[in-house]
Amino acid sequence: MLMIACPWCGPREQTEFAYGGEAHIARPADPDAVDDAQWADYLFMRTNPKGCHREQWNHAFGCRRWFNVERDTLSYRITSVYKPGERPAEPAA
Amino acid sequence: MNRYSIFTLARNALGGHRGWQAAWRSPEPKRRYDVVIVGGGGHGLATAYYLAREHGITNVAVLEKGWIGGGNTGRNTTIVRSNYLWDEATHLYEKSLKLWEGLSQELNYNVMFSQRGVLNLGHTLQDMRDIERRVNANRLNGVDGEVLTTVQVKAMVPIINDSAHARYPILGASLQRRGGTARHDAVAWGFARGADSRGVDIIQNCEVTGIRRDGGRVTGVDTSRGFIEADRVGVVAAGHCGVLASMAGIRLPIESHPLQALVSEPIKPVLDTVVMSNAVHGYISQADKGDLVIGAGIDAYVGYGQRGSFSTIEGTLAAIVELFPTFSRVRMNRQWAGIVDVSPDACPIIGLTPVKGLYFNCGWGTGGFKATPGSGWVFAHTIARGVPHELNASFSLERFATGRLIDEHGAAAVAH
Ligand SMILES: Cc1cc2nc3c(=O)[nH]c(=O)nc-3n(C[C@H](O)[C@H](O)[C@H](O)COP(=O)(O)OP(=O)(O)OC[C@H]3O[C@@H](n4cnc5c(N)ncnc54)[C@H](O)[C@@H]3O)c2cc1C
Ligand SMILES: [Zn+2]
Repeated sequence: MLMIACPWCGPREQTEFAYGGEAHIARPADPDAVDDAQWADYLFMRTNPKGCHREQWNHAFGCRRWFNVERDTLSYRITSVYKPGERPAEPAA
Repeated sequence: MNRYSIFTLARNALGGHRGWQAAWRSPEPKRRYDVVIVGGGGHGLATAYYLAREHGITNVAVLEKGWIGGGNTGRNTTIVRSNYLWDEATHLYEKSLKLWEGLSQELNYNVMFSQRGVLNLGHTLQDMRDIERRVNANRLNGVDGEVLTTVQVKAMVPIINDSAHARYPILGASLQRRGGTARHDAVAWGFARGADSRGVDIIQNCEVTGIRRDGGRVTGVDTSRGFIEADRVGVVAAGHCGVLASMAGIRLPIESHPLQALVSEPIKPVLDTVVMSNAVHGYISQADKGDLVIGAGIDAYVGYGQRGSFSTIEGTLAAIVELFPTFSRVRMNRQWAGIVDVSPDACPIIGLTPVKGLYFNCGWGTGGFKATPGSGWVFAHTIARGVPHELNASFSLERFATGRLIDEHGAAAVAH
């Protein structure tokens, strides 16, 4: 069970949150300008690392706001929590 | 290889069981192989077996970072069925089910395949409509399937809670009688023994750490036991497929998640079939030893830790107890997780990659055990011929660019 520190509400149990997948995936600014492979990359391809992962979470049963978490996918240790538009506190290990 | 039979059993019994040979060798890796298979789970071992058996390619190594079958093969709840919705998936899983039906004889190894039937419960009107649609689709494809009423479900599973006031009322179910369970370890061991006897080297404690390429073509793999040269490399690493893909500069539409299961203390026989419920994320069967084998849904987050969240199994057990109130006092003995490779359409990716000679077989997610023989069969063909078998041609990596996805979420996502 993860303990996640919502940037607005503080530490809460994982059951209050919904997972939102990999963070920082930007929709191509001009979809007409990209080919099928690039569009597929945006839609479906994921980094899926064994180690440091930046991901989105939503405090679904709390303030209902989105934010980013940097977490190790092997140890599950959370190394940083930051608001949308911000960068993680320390560089990824 | 000494063949197993009643006579060898009797002879060895008289000899105090000191005459048994090891079921497979543990050779030192050679410098070079025609084909290297990465991952010694059921799928990797089946691939090596069919490469030797069907295509006469025997200069093959299976490289396993731990021990064979120690990944999802040895961690899964062993449900086998072929009642998927779409033609492509149904044909692939049905090929596998047909291979299961003769597998113990084929391998001369008892994989304890037990066709005890698989029930998929419907709890809402929409569930029942989906069940009818799927059963009809299956029958049109020559796959057995029946739609059961609540009364018929109760007759098959007397301990199930069929009250109309239950939290998850049972409106009916689909039944595939040819479905069932098998002994997971035996599947890995049987394929390993069969492959080994045909000349395949099974190399355990050998982790692949790099995939070498030269001019867009694979040349071999770096491993914890040195470089091994190969013209063809087949990667079947389940939850670790993304780690392997990144070694070759390939991006996959896959995320790895923990998937948990539990077994209870052994109890007397009470459940002689497999009961699954998509809606409540629970499925259950009773092993021959008497323990209840219970599977949960995946944890939502990406995870390689081979452990998941307590809240996930809590939800599953709450649902199981609603369906089977009599199990509320059964104690759980063990709980664990495997890492499953989840794809966007709940279907596998089996085929060629942008790197020549490099093949991937992954994305089986929560439901690949049932496909073990069929997956090995089509992947061996793909590697041997350099082109996919007709059964896996649709399961290419390109489908994510063309948009021709095979959406099996209804039949596969949570149910296994
Ligand atoms: C809890 C649980 C329940 C499940 N229930 C069912 C079910 O009821 N029915 C069903 O059909 N399916 C089920 N599944 C899914 C099924 O187990 C998998 O889809 C299937 O086992 C995948 O087979 P595999 O042989 O490819 O994987 P694995 O057995 O995981 O084999 C992959 C192997 O690759 C090795 N490997 C990884 N990286 C490297 C490397 N770098 N070098 C060398 N080797 C490496 C691993 O150690 C591993 O042994 C379940 C899975 C889990 C976790
Ligand atoms: Zn909050």
